[in-house]
Amino acid sequence: MSKLIPDITKDKIAGGVYQNKLHDSGHKHVNGQAVYVDDIPEPHGMLHIYMGMSTVAHAKIKSMDLSEMRASEGVACVLTVEDIPGINDYSPVKGDDPIFAEGKVEFIGQPIFAVAADTIDLARAAAKKAVIEYEELPAILTIADAMEKGSYVSDPHVMARGDADGRIATAKHVIKNSVELGGQEQFYLEGMIAMSIPGEDDEVKVYSSTQHPSEVQHNVAKALAVPDHAVTIETRRLGGGFGGKESQPALMASVSALVAKATGRAAKLRLDRDDDMVMTGKRHDFHFEYEVGFNDDGLIEGVSMLHACRAGYSSDLTDAIADRAMFHCDNVYWLPNIKVESYRCKTNTVSNTAFRGFGGPQGVFLIERIIDEIAAKLDKDPLEVRQKNFYGVDDNNVTPYHMTVEDNVIHEIFEELEESSDYQKRRAEIREFNKHSKVLKKGIAMTPVKFGISFTTTFLNQAGALVHIYTDGSVKLNHGGIEMGQGLFTKVAQVVAEEFQIDIERVKITATDTSKVPNTSATAASSGSDMNGMAAQAAARTIKQRLTDFAATQFQASVEDVEWLPNRVRVGSEEIAFTDLVKQAYLNRISLSSTGYYATPKIHYDRENCKGRPFFYFSYGAAVTEVLVDTLTGENKITRVDILHDVGKSLNPTIDLGQVEGAYVQGAGWLTTEELWWDQTGRLRTHAPSTYKIPACSDRAEDMRISLWEKGKNAEETIYRSKAVGEPPLVLGISAFHAISDAIASVTDYEVYPALDAPATAERVLMAVDRTKKAAKS
Amino acid sequence: MGIHVSTKINGDDVEFVCDAEETLLDVLRDRLNLTGAKEGCATGDCGACSVTIDGRLTCSCLTLGAEVEGREIGTVEGVAKGNELHPIQQKILDNAALQCGVCTPGIVVAAKALLEKKPDPSEEEIRYWMAGNLCRCTGYDKIIRAIQDAAAEMRG
Ligand code: FES
Ligand code: FES
Repeated sequence: MSKLIPDITKDKIAGGVYQNKLHDSGHKHVNGQAVYVDDIPEPHGMLHIYMGMSTVAHAKIKSMDLSEMRASEGVACVLTVEDIPGINDYSPVKGDDPIFAEGKVEFIGQPIFAVAADTIDLARAAAKKAVIEYEELPAILTIADAMEKGSYVSDPHVMARGDADGRIATAKHVIKNSVELGGQEQFYLEGMIAMSIPGEDDEVKVYSSTQHPSEVQHNVAKALAVPDHAVTIETRRLGGGFGGKESQPALMASVSALVAKATGRAAKLRLDRDDDMVMTGKRHDFHFEYEVGFNDDGLIEGVSMLHACRAGYSSDLTDAIADRAMFHCDNVYWLPNIKVESYRCKTNTVSNTAFRGFGGPQGVFLIERIIDEIAAKLDKDPLEVRQKNFYGVDDNNVTPYHMTVEDNVIHEIFEELEESSDYQKRRAEIREFNKHSKVLKKGIAMTPVKFGISFTTTFLNQAGALVHIYTDGSVKLNHGGIEMGQGLFTKVAQVVAEEFQIDIERVKITATDTSKVPNTSATAASSGSDMNGMAAQAAARTIKQRLTDFAATQFQASVEDVEWLPNRVRVGSEEIAFTDLVKQAYLNRISLSSTGYYATPKIHYDRENCKGRPFFYFSYGAAVTEVLVDTLTGENKITRVDILHDVGKSLNPTIDLGQVEGAYVQGAGWLTTEELWWDQTGRLRTHAPSTYKIPACSDRAEDMRISLWEKGKNAEETIYRSKAVGEPPLVLGISAFHAISDAIASVTDYEVYPALDAPATAERVLMAVDRTKKAAKS
Repeated sequence: MGIHVSTKINGDDVEFVCDAEETLLDVLRDRLNLTGAKEGCATGDCGACSVTIDGRLTCSCLTLGAEVEGREIGTVEGVAKGNELHPIQQKILDNAALQCGVCTPGIVVAAKALLEKKPDPSEEEIRYWMAGNLCRCTGYDKIIRAIQDAAAEMRG
């Protein structure tokens, strides 16, 4: 009953901001009742689609005989590039991602045709009957190969400040080295899926598992050659996205919509795990080269970096990702003399795409590696070298792209965590342990993160929301953000509850829908609650203002006398329940519905000159990881993790803690066990959980101590002074990598720097152990 | 041709007809409208499809529908008793041990099976028992705590 009759006597609403409100769908999840796209009851006569993929990395398609496939049992429809009424492209930016291959194929797994049949098994069986003849062409498969041949998806980009080369030349110490950094599969547990239902005239409705409904809508419309208004995309929730469902779902949605419109039947395209891993993009892998000059204290005087990332066969979001890697080349460090060259390599492999952090973690990885190596060379604690190079709070605080860091809190966070994690004492104990332990070695490392918040493509920083109040006082909320597990819907509902001062149970959150809020940006760049929270707040405030004005008129008081209390409004000495006020307002013809809009202020960027303020603010954090390494097998285990992370004033501490924990584990997985492996023909050999190892429950560190930074408060006017949380803590996984490196270094009594490549799989760890031992001997 | 199968699901007698090669997971999801079990990999590596067969934890993606003749199947839909959540469900909520939720049904089924077998598992036993249930979102810390809390509550 409490849900129907709000309590108008209490002094605090249930589920306002800063409260530990649980995930809105939690109850449904534990009962298996939450509906994902694949759980929607299938419309009668629905077709299942299977995609035929290229089996070679680079070739001309000589001939294609699909006649036997067309005649196969249960087949209703076969589509190739010929059957696309509109434009054969689903790319996010550059127009270079064909839905179906046209004349040539450029990677193994590239879609060539789609076959739709009564069941998925029939579609799959039919697909086997396709006969495609290729004329193979030379394939470029690695970054090294692409660099040598100058094969890029876009022009190299350079960011420079000061005189890096000059300062390196005059520095007392110089290190010149390179390091490899692997990619990462998103491995959202719910694979790619879209279900399309044909409508009247040119209309189609697509249920899509996507982080970016507006882009999916646009691409579907483009492929069908219909206006955007004919296409509706609806997304209630994702079973994980992690960036993988930003640009890629447009392919599934477009193909299912093409089949639906071609046949007049509903059509579903769900990739199975292996196809998903082969066909869709991953985190960019990088090859880095660096040269750094520094003094006896480890202070960096000049540094020159080369970033070369693997874009794959097309651009996708590579430019923005590689740029973000450059924006994070400094992490938390003041680098007055710096040069970064960035190459975006075109290869005959799947087109890499967004993954939580969007290039940022890769950028941070390099500078952390450099610092670690400087410390090793000077025989110093890396922590000390890190602190030595931190940005100042009031000076030495300008980034290589000329943005002043105005909100630097890393000094405080680092000091607090060093203390609370007992870093110094444990480090000493570990060194002692390693002296006496021959095979098992321990390592420890502490690393920081500073992460820029905003889309660096400035126009994307806008969001919309729609709020209705019904005459019974219940509220319906819609916005452009996507719920993918991060608790966005819960947070935005908290904001609306707070604005109206009503219990959160009164606020119904509804599926994201392009017909309710148009032209939205992807739920990405950690910006979900910052932007949609603000937009929903704006919508709620518009209605609230109308209600305030109305209440003042009604009670013949001034607007200043209207006070919003939990589930009620006070006007002078009178109190009126929210529900009654709403009803009265309706009877007096006051609109109870509003849209809201938000555009992030202050940001601008001039890419050509690498100057501006691409970020509204920064998020900070730090982690200490301790590991145990078996130096005979290379096996390793994270034994303890301490994290202190700044989320500003947390809108919902429980949800934020979950984000920090999950992101850290994902980051550590990226740098340890998750290895993508392509063979010499360009075939991905790690395309299922049996061969691609994401962290499992058994890998969980026994001791995890994760805290949100209590002093946290956003210096900028964000939604209730909170900070974004999705991506920044992933970067903290870097501490696990350096802890492993620290453990390996102990086999030579810290004489030789292990120069580990990532991911630090057991195999690589073992190789590094051997290498350092050999180096120490010679 | 269809195979006729009689079985018990969550305590109720159920009959269905399925194809010889159809997995139990597909039968549950497509024929019986029990969509709590999910397909995360279809190869027995992720645990999203977890069910119990005669009390034993099983990947329904690796079991044929035709194999469950005369057996008793437990799915996530049968874990709560009406409106009353099972302690493991309640503790998952209390610990906020879920994010996107796709793994959650499998986690609930697997954890319940563990606690029925072993009312007082050690942290390590929990970690290894649950190693077959992948979760990409949470990092597992809260999941383990939830199972520990549920175990404590069930022991009373
Ligand atoms: S779907 Fe059965 S174990 Fe993954
Ligand atoms: S909550 Fe998303 S996979 Fe576990």
